[in-house]
Amino acid sequence: MTDLLEKVKADAALAQASIVTPTPRRRRRGPAPSVLVAGAFVLVLLVAVALPQLFTSVDPFRTVPTDGLKPPSAEHWFGTDRLGRDIFSRVVHGARYSILIGLSATAIAVVAGSILGLIAGLSGRLIPGRVGLLVDETFGRLFDVISSFPGVLLAMVVVTFAGPGVQNIAVAIGIASIPMYGRVVRSQTLLVTRADFVTHAAIYGRSRARVVIEHVLPNVLVAIPVLAAIDVGASILAVSGLSFLGLGPQAPIPEWGVMLAESRDVLRIAWWGGVFPGLFITASVIALTVLGRALQRHIDGRKS
Amino acid sequence: MAIVHGAVENDSATATRRSSAVLPWRRILARVVSGAVVLWAAVTIAFFTLQAIPGDIADILAGEQTYPGLKEAISAEWGLDESVFTQYLAFLGRLVTGDLGTSYVQRQPVADLLAAQVWSTIELAVVAGVVSALLAVVLAVVSIGRSRVVRSAMSTLELVFTSVPTFWVGILLLMLFSFQWRLFPVAGANGWQSLVLPVVTLALPTAGFLAQVIRESMERTLTEPFIVTVRSRGVSESLVLLRHALGHALLPVMTLVGGIIGALLGGAVITETVFGRPGIGTITLNAVTGKDIPVVIAVVLFAALIYVVVSTVLDILYTIVDPRLRAQR
Repeated sequence: MTDLLEKVKADAALAQASIVTPTPRRRRRGPAPSVLVAGAFVLVLLVAVALPQLFTSVDPFRTVPTDGLKPPSAEHWFGTDRLGRDIFSRVVHGARYSILIGLSATAIAVVAGSILGLIAGLSGRLIPGRVGLLVDETFGRLFDVISSFPGVLLAMVVVTFAGPGVQNIAVAIGIASIPMYGRVVRSQTLLVTRADFVTHAAIYGRSRARVVIEHVLPNVLVAIPVLAAIDVGASILAVSGLSFLGLGPQAPIPEWGVMLAESRDVLRIAWWGGVFPGLFITASVIALTVLGRALQRHIDGRKS
Repeated sequence: MAIVHGAVENDSATATRRSSAVLPWRRILARVVSGAVVLWAAVTIAFFTLQAIPGDIADILAGEQTYPGLKEAISAEWGLDESVFTQYLAFLGRLVTGDLGTSYVQRQPVADLLAAQVWSTIELAVVAGVVSALLAVVLAVVSIGRSRVVRSAMSTLELVFTSVPTFWVGILLLMLFSFQWRLFPVAGANGWQSLVLPVVTLALPTAGFLAQVIRESMERTLTEPFIVTVRSRGVSESLVLLRHALGHALLPVMTLVGGIIGALLGGAVITETVFGRPGIGTITLNAVTGKDIPVVIAVVLFAALIYVVVSTVLDILYTIVDPRLRAQR
């Protein structure tokens, strides 16, 4: 069974390759150096998320009181914090929290936004009369209401009720991005359902459900990856901000925002604790944004 | 647009012409109504969120104390015995009169708590907003029409501004300007010196975002025919940019101002924490960690009110200022 799947995939790849190769348009120029650097950095980050042991064998939680607040050295690349924990190891292990929470927040927003946007867009089309329009309008207003709250404050409301923590903060930040995906999916749905090929499919006697699943859905969801790629950076920023405020993962966890919050008390004597985690947040967000924009340009270029 | 409209529909030709002379009332009314609906929905959601608090509100209010009759007394005092609908009407009535409820933790009216601190936050947000707008305009104008090197340097700078976490900027500024060079105070809100670092911290991300938007808008404006006309009159390039393109390009940015104010308010929470500045942010953070729900809800509603009012007013102004929108209706 899996063999068959592999073969189908390989065939598809082959077919695609044979279509792509004879069109040497202006795509001959490879990706820009900035995109390559960003890609490499994101790759390293993902490895750190999956297998942090590859980069460091030091336990990020091990405290060595006699080694407290050591400046960066060959032994401790990024120095040590007040409890003598190795900051490099903590930054490496922290990628798992900072990046994964950001990714989950984006995933939550994508899924919820897409579902709500699809319901809004389709009900305007499929439910006859005023009811459909009313449903559509209601969802539109719901998006307006959510986006009328500043994201940080909205997330703080969620944390007030759900309490601080890894999952709660992902949900809290995800909710704030729902309107963006919802609006795009809704307008894309309206656009696609008006397209000729959808009308044709309906004329050929396909059931509504099949038309939606086979024709509308794939064409609506193509808009999502670019949006998500650009938004992931913002999610990671928001996560680190709330963690810094103490509303996310709690103290011993080496999340980057938490580490920066911990470094504040000793900033006067130990600058390294306040520099490296922030550097990694910024670099991650920049790299993901550069990749997201490259993806957007690539897709826009393919369309035109 | 108006001409095509009039030519096709002869009957409405005069009407169209007249409506382009007066204000687009229908559009304005629709915008006001939709703003009001969003506010009402926000308030209603806030009310039901208050209702949906896990656990009994009377228990939360009682705190550690327990003695017979206490819960009943609290329920009576806070009106928790009434039906949900009665409570909802009372909630709406109190909001209209400016009563935002009573803090569970501080036992004070929320409105008083906020009023005591709001000016510090507004000062910070307004100054940061102005600084970021100026910085964004400078970044956009300096980079436009320049060589690729300058442009990519500027857009890299903007990317860094938008990607850097607010609180980390604050930490870095503190390290350099307060600990290293001792130029500005570490914390507090006394005089302009204590405002400098928080303002810079809060302004940078907004400036980065705004600069991108303004530059894109200016680039679009510069391709429009009227720019060619202006240039053909022999107007110098810097005047074309500053007087004609910039003003034109700033118009669509107006619709973003509501969101920017929201972002500034949200960023103020973090900035105030970094610099130990009193303000709404500090109140909110304390309320969130103390589960002081009425305070959190009041702050969020306040932010939503500002957002809705500002964006409604600016959208209406936008339709008034831009005659092209007036003609379309």
